[in-house]
Amino acid sequence: MRILYFAWVRQRVGVAEEEVAPPAAVRDVAGLMAWLATRGPGHAAAFAEGRQIRAAVNQEFAAPGDPVGAGDEVAFFPPVTGG
Amino acid sequence: MSEATPGRAVPTVRVQEAPFDLAAEAAALTAGRVDVGGLASFVGLCRADDGLAALVLEHYPGMTERAIRRIAEEACARWPALTGCTVVHRHGRLEPGAPIVLVLTASSHRAAALESCAFLIDWLKTGAPFWKREEFADGRPARWVEARAEDDAAAARWADA
Repeated sequence: MRILYFAWVRQRVGVAEEEVAPPAAVRDVAGLMAWLATRGPGHAAAFAEGRQIRAAVNQEFAAPGDPVGAGDEVAFFPPVTGG
Repeated sequence: MSEATPGRAVPTVRVQEAPFDLAAEAAALTAGRVDVGGLASFVGLCRADDGLAALVLEHYPGMTERAIRRIAEEACARWPALTGCTVVHRHGRLEPGAPIVLVLTASSHRAAALESCAFLIDWLKTGAPFWKREEFADGRPARWVEARAEDDAAAARWADA
């Protein structure tokens, strides 16, 4: 599974992207966030503000309960500020 | 990408670092046609609020263009009178006065052009994966711009319209 981070989420995690293989128990966006938060202090700092973080699965905006699986591209980022 | 619907305008969408040319983009929407009665435009510019030296726009390559295209296609479906629509959004480092985003909508009559132009810019604010970071001239640390509830409300009003 390919994970991408943007804006302050990327800065706190410390990398823009990484390949991960979460355990089978990780089935949705919320579960993935909880698991990623355990990967290190940067991840923990980023996901400590989980309510401020939005997600996309395979380049579509996703909700916490949306499923994730092997081979997916999952992105985490703050609420968008374009325009 | 969804398939083209006969008779429906096909949006032009670009995400780029380079500046855009409003006149050239407008000309492209009207070139060779005589059915366009109104052309609406919105250009978003970088302001120098609070000692700002530059905005740095980060985006999600791949998803950004897809998300904008989806919003633009929705506008073309919602306002069938649109004959064309162009969205150009810049990324990278932009200094005060620099144009950031261009929305152009063309239609046979003004209402569809004006309304869809407002719809598009409201949705770009909340539905396209861009993030703005502010840099300051006086050495203050850069900071990420926070999403505004007013922008969510502006986009949400189109859900009820």
